[in-house]
Amino acid sequence: MATATFRIWRGDEAGEFRDYDAEIHEGMVVLDAVRRIQADQAQDLGVRWNCKAGKCGSCSAEVNGTPRLMCMTRLNELPIDRPITVEPMKSFPLVRDLVTDVSWNYEVKRRIAPFRPRPPDAADGTWRMNQSDVDRVMEFRKCIECFLCQDVCHVLRDHRLHDRFIGPRFLVHVAALEMHPLDADDRREELRKAQGVGYCNITKCCTGVCPEEIQITDNAIIPLKERVADVAYDPLSKLVQLVRGRPRAKE
Amino acid sequence: MSYETIEHDVLIIGAGGAGLRAAIEASAAGVSVGVVCKSLLGKAHTVMAEGGIAASLANVDERDGWRVHFADTMRGGAYLNNWRMAELHAREAPERVHELESWGALFDRTADGRILQRNFGGHAYPRLAHVGDRTGLEMIRTLQDHGIHRGIDVHMEVSVVRLLKDGGRITGAVAYERERGRFLVFRAGAVVLATGGTGRAYLITSNSWECTGDGHTLAYDAGAELTDMEFVQFHPTGMVWPPSVRGILVTEGVRGEGGVLKNSEGRRFMFDDIPPLYTDQTADNPEEGWRYTQGDREARRPPELLTRDHVARCIVREVREGRGSPHGGVFLDIAWIGEKLPQAEAHIKRKLPSMYHQFRQLANIDITRQPMEVGPTTHYSMGGIRVHAETQMSGVPGLFAAGECAGGLHGANRLGGNSLSDLLVFGKRAGEHASAFARENPAAAIDESAVREATGTMLAPFDEVSGAATDVGPYRLQGELQEVMQGGVGIVRSAESIQAALDEIGALRERAARIRVPGNREYNPGWHTALDLHNLLTVAEAIARAALERTESRGAHTRADHPDKDAAWGDANLVVKKAPDGDMIVSRSPIPDIPEGLRRIIEEMG
Ligand SMILES: Cc1cc2nc3c(=O)[nH]c(=O)nc-3n(C[C@H](O)[C@H](O)[C@H](O)COP(=O)(O)OP(=O)(O)OC[C@H]3O[C@@H](n4cnc5c(N)ncnc54)[C@H](O)[C@@H]3O)c2cc1C
Ligand code: SF4
Ligand code: SF4
Ligand code: FES
Repeated sequence: MATATFRIWRGDEAGEFRDYDAEIHEGMVVLDAVRRIQADQAQDLGVRWNCKAGKCGSCSAEVNGTPRLMCMTRLNELPIDRPITVEPMKSFPLVRDLVTDVSWNYEVKRRIAPFRPRPPDAADGTWRMNQSDVDRVMEFRKCIECFLCQDVCHVLRDHRLHDRFIGPRFLVHVAALEMHPLDADDRREELRKAQGVGYCNITKCCTGVCPEEIQITDNAIIPLKERVADVAYDPLSKLVQLVRGRPRAKE
Repeated sequence: MSYETIEHDVLIIGAGGAGLRAAIEASAAGVSVGVVCKSLLGKAHTVMAEGGIAASLANVDERDGWRVHFADTMRGGAYLNNWRMAELHAREAPERVHELESWGALFDRTADGRILQRNFGGHAYPRLAHVGDRTGLEMIRTLQDHGIHRGIDVHMEVSVVRLLKDGGRITGAVAYERERGRFLVFRAGAVVLATGGTGRAYLITSNSWECTGDGHTLAYDAGAELTDMEFVQFHPTGMVWPPSVRGILVTEGVRGEGGVLKNSEGRRFMFDDIPPLYTDQTADNPEEGWRYTQGDREARRPPELLTRDHVARCIVREVREGRGSPHGGVFLDIAWIGEKLPQAEAHIKRKLPSMYHQFRQLANIDITRQPMEVGPTTHYSMGGIRVHAETQMSGVPGLFAAGECAGGLHGANRLGGNSLSDLLVFGKRAGEHASAFARENPAAAIDESAVREATGTMLAPFDEVSGAATDVGPYRLQGELQEVMQGGVGIVRSAESIQAALDEIGALRERAARIRVPGNREYNPGWHTALDLHNLLTVAEAIARAALERTESRGAHTRADHPDKDAAWGDANLVVKKAPDGDMIVSRSPIPDIPEGLRRIIEEMG
């Protein structure tokens, strides 16, 4: 049986990395090792998880420096001859160990105007929609709110513009509302002003870490920027048109 | 001990589908509403639901209607269901689904643009509204996003450990918040329990860490009754390999879309054992079964879509008789539909995207090309807090329960898809009646001595014990309990195995009282796990005691020493209650006569 060393952040901002050795088995993921260490060596090790199946978005952390879901990161994808570092997300204040305070995300969500449907299509109060229109939004609604994209986006991570930019997760959320076949609101003014879509300079880092493989930049943010450019001059939109391909439909 | 007091007219414990739906309803009634949950908002177990929500919209097959749904639910539950709940559920589910759509939920569509529905076990017609295989995510996100704009206060990462009463009536709850470990006292006119299931009492489970039977235990300790606790649903298809993902669910949607079960000899063993109650509606050849899954209305359903209890038992039989897969399960094959559909690969990825992802990521299996290995996993608790069918109020005035932690609707076995509809139908009812109760009964005084007693118990795991050896720790003890339940009160039980488990539970309870944890109160999962042990032990004992009492096999309850149904047990529920001296007592409660109208529906549709 092989053993690997896990270098895990312990404590608050003033904490430190600590090394733990754990036995590893075929098919194990990082979260398994963390929980094993918790059971045997560090009972008070703070970590969030719920589903262990990549569905709830609770177990976000940085593994060997990359934002990932611990429950979907298999050990056989990592070099185990070196210590595997596991540390908390950087874009949010640290609570303790691997747990960060992500409450800012919930405040942002509350500020975004809610879904507002057009009047029902049928006399019985129901709507008719085409599957193809639904499919387009489905991609965005797959989001599990793991906030890994928020963690990696340099506008939040490095420039700390949390008060001016809602971040990729919530641009995806707004895109889901904008493109919802029933939603009747016009969200462009809000996007430009309060939500700061202009701060995104489409580096696509967010798309790279999304465990749901949502094409955040191409399918959500760029179309939003285009819509905003329709109502107001946006210095980025020219650049956008140069670099982007057509928004791809999924599949 | 210092604590902060927070007041709400209605306090809702749990932010899964049931809790959020209750909160929305209560806030619509104009009362102040607080929701507490152990995890972050939107992470509750409901987020994991996959296959769909059952509602007789009749969009795919117009022969469907609430009467058929009612009859299917009663038959699936072996007629031990609370028939009034089953009736309300079947009648109100379609409206709840449409309402969800009006709040922004997106479902897959039919060709003419209505909500698409899929086949599931035990449902006579395609009845499950769905979004690929992530229906739970769609549902919880819709409720969450709708709810946050209605002025509901959400207290995240807060765990309730005790309910407070004044005389008979509920007055609030004692809780702690994870981040700093501080104590909170909630004062409320009415409390709704929506804490979900008990699956973490078992080793192999599809349930999230939160499903430790908290609501069941809170209610039981407060004097409410639990019902149907012996009926624990083992879902037939969980992952069996690799070991670290054992138990993770493989949605029934795979079989609904044409997936078949095979043993190591390549035989579709489900054709070998079709129960008499279902022979008329079950295909007798593979071709007919395939046609059914593709929407041929003249065809009968394949035997893979029989009820969960039956499919689980058949899989256990194959494995026990040496015809299992290499890792102790059987094969579930959806890739074979390539023989039938030209675009099979794209079709599978579109219909079952998260299954495709899950197997690719966790087991290195491409389900569009290879079969999956699956076996039964602990999935759902039919048992729960006994409530009044219309109002969802328990025997304790002011204490309501909804969702998986409430009992009654599903009887001896739940049909797939009937839980998500349960959450909406009865979540709404609980919110409505709890707010009415709170309006008429303003919050009462808090019993300070009860608060002191509760916080004292909570801090005990930090006490120094001089000289005494500490136990193995909370995680290991939880693991031991899970093994005891899996072995003794699992898919097939007997008086002997249950009695042995009860003895072990008693011993574990003594050890749990002596558990000590390191660290301090701040975000300390070791401490939290130690506090959960009381709940897990309580529900484990309730399941075991009821299972010992029911000397027959029915629905999800299989007794090796009583392999058949016993008519003498066909008209009674079992009720578990705390006696004044603290002992757990189990008693029989006869099921009231079913009204003539409903009886006729069962005869005609059943
Ligand atoms: C993998 C999987 C797939 C499923 N698929 C389907 C499906 O397709 N169709 C279907 O109908 N059903 C399905 N189910 C079943 C269904 O998901 C659950 O029965 C249902 O979601 C339970 O919802 P709930 O609102 O009752 O509780 P949960 O969603 O479990 O929520 C419980 C809430 O209570 C909180 N809580 C618990 N204890 C405390 C406490 N002490 N203090 C404070 N808060 C507390 C938790 O934090 C959580 O917020 C599936 C289940 C699983 C596991
Ligand atoms: S593409 Fe935009 S949102 Fe995404 S990481 Fe880059 S700047 Fe941030
Ligand atoms: S968009 Fe992707 S990375 Fe961002 S929160 Fe959602 S699932 Fe996570
Ligand atoms: S535990 Fe749910 S996503 Fe990892």
